[in-house]
Formats: sequence, structure tokens, C-alpha cells
Amino acid sequence: MSLWLPLLIAVPVVGAVLVALLPKGSDTLAKWLTLAVTLVVLALTLVMAFQFKPGGDRFQFVFERDWIPAFGVKFGLGVDGIALVLIALSVVLTPIVVAASWHDADSPHAKYSVKTYFALILALEAMMIGVFAATDIFLFYVFFEAMLIPMYFMIGSYGGAQRSYAAIKFLLYSLFGGLLMLVAVIALYVVAGKNTFMFPQLVGAIQDPTTQKWLFAGFFIAFAIKAPLVPFHTWLPDAAAQAPAGAAVLLVGVLDKVGTFGMLRFCLELFPDASKFFTPLAIVLSVVGIIYGAIVAIGQTDMKRLIAYTSISHFGFIAMGVFAMSQVAQSGATLYMVNHGFATGMLFLAAGFLIARRGSPYIADYSGAQKVAPLLAGSFFIAGLAGLSLPGLSSFVSEFMVMIGTYSSAAFGSGALTVAAVIAATAVILAAVYILWMVQRVLHGPTAESVSGMTDLSGREKWVVAPLIALIIGFGFFPKPLLDIINPAVDHTLTNVKVDNPAVAEKGAGQ
Amino acid sequence: MQTPTDIIPHTGGVIGVAWLMIALPLLGAAVLLIGGRRTDRWGHLLGVAMSLGSFVVAVLALVELLGLGEEQRRRAIELYDFIPGMVKMGLLVDPLSVSFALLITGVGSLIHIYSIGYMAHDPARRRFFAYLNLFVAAMLLLVLADNYVGLFIGWEGVGLASYLLIGFWYFKPSAAVAAKKAFVVNRVGDFGLLVGMFVIWTTFGTLTFKDLDVTGASNGTLTAIGLLLLLGACGKSAQIPLQSWLLDAMEGPTPVSALIHAATMVTAGVYLVVRSGAFFFPVGSGASLAVAIVGAATLLAGAIIGCAKDDIKKGLAGSTMSQIGYMMLGAAFGPVGYAFAIGHLFTHGFFKADLFLGAGSVMHGMNDEVDMRKYGGLFPKMRITAITFIIGYLAIIGFPLLSGYFTKDGIIETAVHSDYPILGWLAVLGAGITGFYMSRMVFMTFFGKPRWAEGAHPHESPKVMTIPLIILSIGSIFLGGYLVVNQTLYHWLSPAVGAAAEAPHFDPFTTPGLVTLAVVAAGVLLAWFMYGRAEVPQTAPAGNALVTFARRDLYGDALNESLFMRPGQWLTRLAVFFDNRGVDGLVNGLAATIGGSSGRLRRLQTGFARTYALSILFGAALLTGALLLVGNL
Amino acid sequence: MTTEYLVLSGILFVIGALGVLIRRNAIVVFMCVELMLNACNLAFVTFARQWGNLDGQIIAFFVMVVAAAEVVVGLAIIVTIFRTRRSASVDDANLLKY
Repeated sequence: MSLWLPLLIAVPVVGAVLVALLPKGSDTLAKWLTLAVTLVVLALTLVMAFQFKPGGDRFQFVFERDWIPAFGVKFGLGVDGIALVLIALSVVLTPIVVAASWHDADSPHAKYSVKTYFALILALEAMMIGVFAATDIFLFYVFFEAMLIPMYFMIGSYGGAQRSYAAIKFLLYSLFGGLLMLVAVIALYVVAGKNTFMFPQLVGAIQDPTTQKWLFAGFFIAFAIKAPLVPFHTWLPDAAAQAPAGAAVLLVGVLDKVGTFGMLRFCLELFPDASKFFTPLAIVLSVVGIIYGAIVAIGQTDMKRLIAYTSISHFGFIAMGVFAMSQVAQSGATLYMVNHGFATGMLFLAAGFLIARRGSPYIADYSGAQKVAPLLAGSFFIAGLAGLSLPGLSSFVSEFMVMIGTYSSAAFGSGALTVAAVIAATAVILAAVYILWMVQRVLHGPTAESVSGMTDLSGREKWVVAPLIALIIGFGFFPKPLLDIINPAVDHTLTNVKVDNPAVAEKGAGQ
Repeated sequence: MQTPTDIIPHTGGVIGVAWLMIALPLLGAAVLLIGGRRTDRWGHLLGVAMSLGSFVVAVLALVELLGLGEEQRRRAIELYDFIPGMVKMGLLVDPLSVSFALLITGVGSLIHIYSIGYMAHDPARRRFFAYLNLFVAAMLLLVLADNYVGLFIGWEGVGLASYLLIGFWYFKPSAAVAAKKAFVVNRVGDFGLLVGMFVIWTTFGTLTFKDLDVTGASNGTLTAIGLLLLLGACGKSAQIPLQSWLLDAMEGPTPVSALIHAATMVTAGVYLVVRSGAFFFPVGSGASLAVAIVGAATLLAGAIIGCAKDDIKKGLAGSTMSQIGYMMLGAAFGPVGYAFAIGHLFTHGFFKADLFLGAGSVMHGMNDEVDMRKYGGLFPKMRITAITFIIGYLAIIGFPLLSGYFTKDGIIETAVHSDYPILGWLAVLGAGITGFYMSRMVFMTFFGKPRWAEGAHPHESPKVMTIPLIILSIGSIFLGGYLVVNQTLYHWLSPAVGAAAEAPHFDPFTTPGLVTLAVVAAGVLLAWFMYGRAEVPQTAPAGNALVTFARRDLYGDALNESLFMRPGQWLTRLAVFFDNRGVDGLVNGLAATIGGSSGRLRRLQTGFARTYALSILFGAALLTGALLLVGNL
Repeated sequence: MTTEYLVLSGILFVIGALGVLIRRNAIVVFMCVELMLNACNLAFVTFARQWGNLDGQIIAFFVMVVAAAEVVVGLAIIVTIFRTRRSASVDDANLLKY
């Protein structure tokens, strides 16, 4: 029993309550308190992460308490390497988002008070940690759905002009997927007949191929909506474009990762045979998403929508890596989840800074911003380069691993996945087009009248982009610390997918 | 014929710290970019110092390498574990990479120095030096990396630096567009290189040069890898079919054109082909023939474009394409041609940098005018520039005993004596065209009557600009002879790239050699009649179809536009429409259907209590009826 | 005997139902509802007599209690509506529509 994970969840929850209870008018205090809490969580997570033993048990810092004994539901927490890096991603992004959204909730159009916004961020942080740490599938489901609530309010109450439409669409779409998953979760519980929702005990519990397929479909559709994969993606551009920049970062950077994380953790390991059956479909959806997302991104006129579509392309890469069934590709996909959080997060934030200054999300309203705001332009450009996976930046390593892992995967007879990898590789050309064309229209060219008064990054904003740039470049050249944590976890996953014998599978799950 | 010698792990010495070559300019770039305006005053000096520092390390590494036996001159330095289980980052210091490092840092340093003067009045000079340093670091990583991933990082790094420097004057829309175009076209090539790496990794299980052993691989696989790498090389080296970006890239400041788009970066494709010789040469079939054809086609295309340009930089850019075509052609024939290809790469690095910097010096004195029709009679006004330019000119057309003569002649001889002599004769033709367009450039610029624009006061450039010119022109005179006559370069490189069955020796008095001289002389004479003796009009006369063809860059842009850009735009618009109306329309349509039907169902709530009572009655009757029916069954 | 009682009960019920459907005056509608309830009561009592047990009679008492409660609440509502709207027509009170 380790109290690390409950502590990590409790600290932001307590912080959220405190911030919410602050008296009216103490907005500044609320902001600083939120920042302090998120930094404490970050520090705690780092301390915990250094105690993680990559070669040790699969799930570490395990915590289990009975929750609903009648159904065998437990409050079960624990992290493997994959969950750990994603929790780290969440807690790194949160303080950055807090600092970046310092004035986002001050807008007179906001429906609720400033402190509510920051309390929501803290509540969301707790749920993000919880969803990655949950080892009980029911608990995972609860966090999976509960995450929607703070995000719904962040979009619907603090967002742009069409925020209600976007928030409702986001909520209903996600709920729809979530309900399918709930059905599958209950069916899994009943069919397995073990009176438990604990993931390690359920690995290998379902043997019948037909049952596996149905349950897989329930989970997969929920995750495909969450991730999102084409054709379930249209809620994302609306939500991301209407959300305040900080919320968009958390939405695309972390919340959507739950989808791909779920595919890797739950779909593959619980239903290995069904996974193999559905892999061709998943690969096709991924490859279509990669190319389609990129092409649609090229045609966007709104910066935030453009970034959202690039993410759809990137999620295609992640899903392709997950289903390529090779160690390199799955490690790459996991690394991609982290790097995408940094890269796209920074792109959203930099775009948010531009939009906050100029007051328009439309690319056509900008020209020559580099002249007046060189640092802001530089940050936007670096984030863009990370978005197009420039070698030397972190996203390249993961994209390269996903593609080369897919190409060389022997999962379906040698060479079956090569076509997918080669088609996906054309996205490097499209990525250059969508990023650089946006950069050209926004930053380059003669400085437009409306842009000429733009101020450069403030001190606070420099603190927002500096750590992200450091992480993007640092992991671009030294991805080893992350990969050393991820690789053993991916090995467990692959063992569970390939081996049908339940006894071996349970051993593989580290129990 | 021999394969390259084995690569030996190495620690200690200067070679052990070869990473300093990359680290120094990288540090320079970081300091200048992060330091911001605080470094404005001394930024350019730091940039030069870092580049010179790299040069010193490269020279010391060369000395140390020369101290080793010929069989032991390929040293690998391990740096760190990059992607666990796939790639360890390391450097490969061997004759090939050290030669490149010397060229990059040597010519690079000269161009750094020249830029102090050239960019003196630009408010963003510090940023310029930061980018130049970034470029040097990336280019050194490209040539020094001991694996394809490291090479690729450098490969894209130079692409980034090139993008930043072409778009250095980003406020000019043309520069911004040219920069983007260069990057995107390069990415097409990168796609080839990327997929090539996939195949290499899948087939051989390694991406490190040291562990790569192609014996046993099928011919088809090797050819496929070769063609994919060739696509990458075409992108970076502006070879057909990915040539179109180079002419636009002249939007960048002239020192950039000299360093990146003439002397170093664009030759990376040749480096890739030579470094990956294992995939090209032993096959002797598909891939290397493709390299030869690409080289021959580009050397003619570039030369033809060079003839039609009035913009001095674009003329030189066409010439660069053409000269790289020669290098590709030479590199296509394996170890016999490698020494000449690499030799031409080095001499070209010197004389083309010389020519570009000379052009820059002319522009500097002529208010940044690039149109040669507005030049003329500049010789007496800027003697040093003119003389160094003319030396570069003589070197490039292959005037006997100057640098270009030896290396270009070597390539032509190799090609003529290969299995495809026709390619060699095309190269001879190309040499003739080179003689024509380069002479045209010299006559239009330095001789004839002045056709200057009003307000032009041509003057010689400051010493900081002319001294690099002088050094480069000295290299343009002697380097070729030194490298080729005693087969110095061949023996130096053969441990790294493999040796030929018979060492290629230089013999100027063969048929192809003499024919080349005659053809070049004809080209020069023709240029003299058309541009030296005759009056040059200030505006370009309308030409015939062939001239238009050449002026429009052989319709390369038009082809790209109609084949890729327009269909691409169309596809994009279609996809956006489909996404908004189709996919999202379906989602919203579903929502609307549900909303609509509930709206219709709502109408049943009329508010009349008696209506409800009636429906209750009917319901009750229905229920009773059903019960009776079931009871009777 | 039973048949006659049941026929009477049926007739009363139909009269009540038609009154609810046709009449507009809330008081009359209300009285018709009572009539329907009493028709049911008659049927219950008849069956209780027929089978000789008390179940039907007990149910009848329940119905009466419910009817009494209904009268209390219902009349109060009708009076209030009449006071505010000056009308006891059930068709006029149609605010609870779409």
C-alpha cells in the first residue's frame, strides 16, 4: 500500500475546495493559490517518479480500498511506466496552463467568477491523475466521465462566441461514447464472473472470441471518440476553438490522451484476440485520420481549429503506433502522447497569446507579427516546428519510432503494415505545408496595421513558454529517460496481447 | 575493387572531442538567440569565433587522422544512447567526413567574416549570425553522424537553417514564400530518406554505418533503398525533379546563397549518395543508373536555365544545380568517380562561393541591384571583386590548370568510359553551355558600356569582404590540381568510400578532354559575340520559345503548380467542405433529427385536459382489450 | 342479479366517461369523475356479494377515501382557478401545453 497516488489526487481536490471557498474579490489570491497547489503536485509527482523502478513490478505505488463491496468495486490505484509518464505530462502542463490562463477568466463575457475557473482547473487535475492511475476499471470509468464536467464548464462558461454549442457537443459526444463503455464495463464484470473490476485480475478473463469482439467495440468506440479518431472527430475542432487557450491545452494535451491510453491499456490487454481482429480497421482509421486531418488542417482559416485538426492527424499516428503491435511502435506511440502534449500545448498557448492580443482567431487578420513581437513569434514558430516533427525536437523521436515500428512490424505477416507506414510518412510533407503556411501568413509578410500595436511576451508568458521549449528540445535529443520508463510497460502489454494462456497473462500483468 | 575499411571505436585525442565541432557553433547560436539584443554589439564576432573554433578542431582532427595508418582512418566516437534499442548517437570521423568538415568550417568561416561587412547595415545582423552558426552546427552533424538518424537530424537542421535564412527578410512576401517552398520541397525528399531508413532498419536491423552489412541483401531491396535515398538527395541538392526551390531560394542574403545554396548544404545529397555507396554501387544497376540520369538531366537543365537569367544570383543558382548534377553523375559510378565527384564538390565549394560572394560584392556596390542588364563596365570600379570573380569564372568553365578543369574533366572522362557514354557526352555539352552562360555573366557585369541605374555609384567593397574573396579565389586556382593530379584525394578517400579496381589517373590529352576544351571555347566565343561585342539592351528582348522555356525555369514551377498545387488546393477545399458538411453534417444532422422529432412529439401536449382524458380512455380500452385477448388465448 | 348490477355499473361508467370528455365545466367534469368512481364501486361491491368475501367492499372503501381526498384538493384547485380566471371551463386552463 502506497499513499503516493491518493495524496496526488487529494492535494488538488483540497486545493480546488479552498480556491472555491475563497471570499469574493480575492481573484489574485485564487490564482496564486492555484499555481502553488499545482507546483506542489508537480514536486510530489517528481519525487514519486524518481522512486519508480522501471525494471520492477508492473504496477507500482499500488493503493487498494474497498469502495462498493457489493459489486467488488475497489478504489484501486497504481501506475505502470505508461501511466506514470502521462501523469507527469498532466502535472507539468497544469501549472503552465495556470500561468498562461492568468487573465483568461477575467473577461467580462465569463459566466462565473475567476476563482471558479481556477478551482475547475484543480478539480480537472485531480481527475486527470485519477484516470491514469486507476487500476479498477469501474473507477477508471468514473474518472473518465467525471473529467467531462469541469471541462464542460471551462468551455461553456469561459469560452468564445459559440461556447454553448461547442460545450454541449463535446459533452454529449463524449457521454455517448462513455455510455457504450459503461455497458461494456458491466458486461465485462458479468461475463468474467470474478466479482471484481480490478484490471490485473480481468486480463485474460474473457476467452470467447465473440464476446471479446463486442466488448472491444464498446471500449474502442468510447476511446475513438475521446482520442478522437476520424470519423468521430468533429467535436474536437469546435471544442478546442471555443475553449479558452488553457482549457484547450488540457483538452487536447491530456484529456484526449485518455482515449489512446485506454486503447493501449484496456482494449489490447483485455481483449487480445479481438484486438488482432480489429487491428486492420483501427490501422485504416488511423492512416485515414493522419492524412485526412492534415489535409483538412491545411484548409482551415481559424488558428485554433487548424491546430485541432493537426492534432487529429497526430492522434492518427498514436493510434497507428498502438495497433502496430510492435514494441518500437507502441513505445513511440506512448512517447508521442507525451510529446504531443508539450508541442501542441505550446502551439495552443502561443496561438492563444496572439489571439488575446489581436482579438481574432482568424489567420487572415494577421500579417508580419514577427516584426513587432519577435519572442512571441519565435515561440509560435518553435511550437510549430515541434508540430511538424522537426528532427531534434521531441516529437520527431516519437513520430519516427511510430513509423519505423509500424513499417517493420511483423504483426500481420511481414510487410502488411509497410503500406500504412509509407502512407503515414507522406504526412511529413503535409505537416510542413499546414504549419509553415500558417507561419507565413501570421508571422511573415509586411506588418499589418492591426498587428502593429502588438506587445511582445510579458515576463509571465516567458515563464510559460521557456519550460516547454526546454522540454521539447531536451527530449528531442535525450528521449532515453522517458523511454526507459515506457519500454518495460509496453513489453508487458505486448506479452498480454500475444499470450492467450490466462496464467501467463496474469503473470505478465505483474500480479 | 575494394570495400571501405572497418570502422574502429575511438576515444581520446582531438578526434575524441570531435563533438566540439558541432557544439561550438550550436552554443554560438543558442547564446545569440537567447541573449537577444544584449548581444547585438558583439554577436557577429562570437559567430565568427565559433565557426573558426570549429575549423581549428577540424584541422586538428585532420592532423590526428593523418598520423594514423591508412587502414585505421575510420574512427567512431560513441556519445550517448539516443533511442534505446535502436540508435546510439555517435560520430564517425573518417577521411570523407573530415574533408566535409573542413570545407564547411573553412568556407563557412570565410563567409562568416564576409558577412560582417555585407550585413553591417542590417539591424538584425545578430540574428543572421545566429542562423549561420545554427547552419554550421547542423551541417557538421549531418556529415559527422555515424548513423542515419543523426544524419537525418542534421539534414533537417540544415533545412531549417536554410528556411530561416531564405526567409531572413521575412517582411518581404516573396522571401517568406520562397522559404516555405524550399522547406516543403525538401520535405518531399525527406520523405524518401525517411522511408529509406524504414527499409534499412527493417532489412538490416541497424541504422548505424558501422554495423551496416549489405552482403546477402537482395538486389531489389538495395535498389529500392538507393532510389529512396536518391529522392532525399534530389530534394536537398535541387536535382530534377525537386529542383524548383533553389532558384527562389536566392531571396536570401547573398552570403547565405554562397554558403548554403552553393558551397555546402546543397551538396549534402552528393554526400548521402557517396556515404551510402553500399546501396548504390555493388548493385551497379537500377539505383546508380538513376543517379547518373538525374545528374546528367540536371546538369543540362541547370545550365540552360543559367543561360536565360538576367538576375545574377539566379544565373549562379542555375549554375549550382548544373554543377551538382556533375557531382551526382560522378558519384553514380562508384569508387572510380567518387574522388572526382567529391573533388568537384570541394573545388565547386570554393569557386562558387567565390562567385556568389563576388556577386554579393557587386550588389553591395550597386544598391542591391541584381539585374545584370543594369550592370556593365564595372571592372575599373571594383578591381578586386572583378579579378576574383573572373578567377572563379575561369575555374568553373574548366580553364586549363584551374581547379574546375581537373575535377570536371575527371567526371566527364569517367562518364564517357562508363557503360553509358552518352551521359558523358551530355556532360561535355553541358560544359559548353557552362562556358556560354558564365562568359555571358562576366561580359554583362564587368565589361561593355555601363548601363547603371540612376543614382548608382559603384565602389569596391571593404577589406572584410574582399579578403575572403581573395582567399577563395586562391583556392579556386590551386585546389583542383592539388587534389587530382597525384590522385591525392583518391588515396585519401579510398579507405572511407572504397577503392576502384584501377586508380583513376588524370590524363588531359584524351578525346573527351580535348573535345570538352573545344566546346567550352565555342561557348565562350558565342557569348563574346552576343554579349561582349554587341550592345546589351537594358530590358530583356522577347525571346523565342526556347528562351521563354529557359526563362520560366523549364516550366518546373508551372508543372508543379498544375500537377500538385492546384489539385492540392482543390482537394483541400473539398476535404474541408466534406468535413464541415459531410462528417460534421452527419453528427449535427443526427442531433437535429432527434431535436426535430421531439419537437414534433411535443405537439401532442395540447394543454386541453379533455384531450388527455380521451387518450387515457383509449389507452385503458386498449389495455383492457389486450388483456381480454391474452386471457382468451 | 349480478348481471343487472354490472350493466348498471357499466352504464354509469360510460355516462361518467362521456361527461368527462364532453362537458367543459370543471365542476361537471369533476362530478362525472365521481360518477365513474362510483360505477367502479358498484362493480366491486357486486363482485364481493357474488363471491361472498369482503375484498371488494374494502376496495370500495379505499376508493371512497381517495375520492373524498380528491374532492378536497380538486375543488380547492377549481375554486382558485375560477377566482383568478373568472372561468370554470377546463378548456380555458391550457397553460401546460408545449
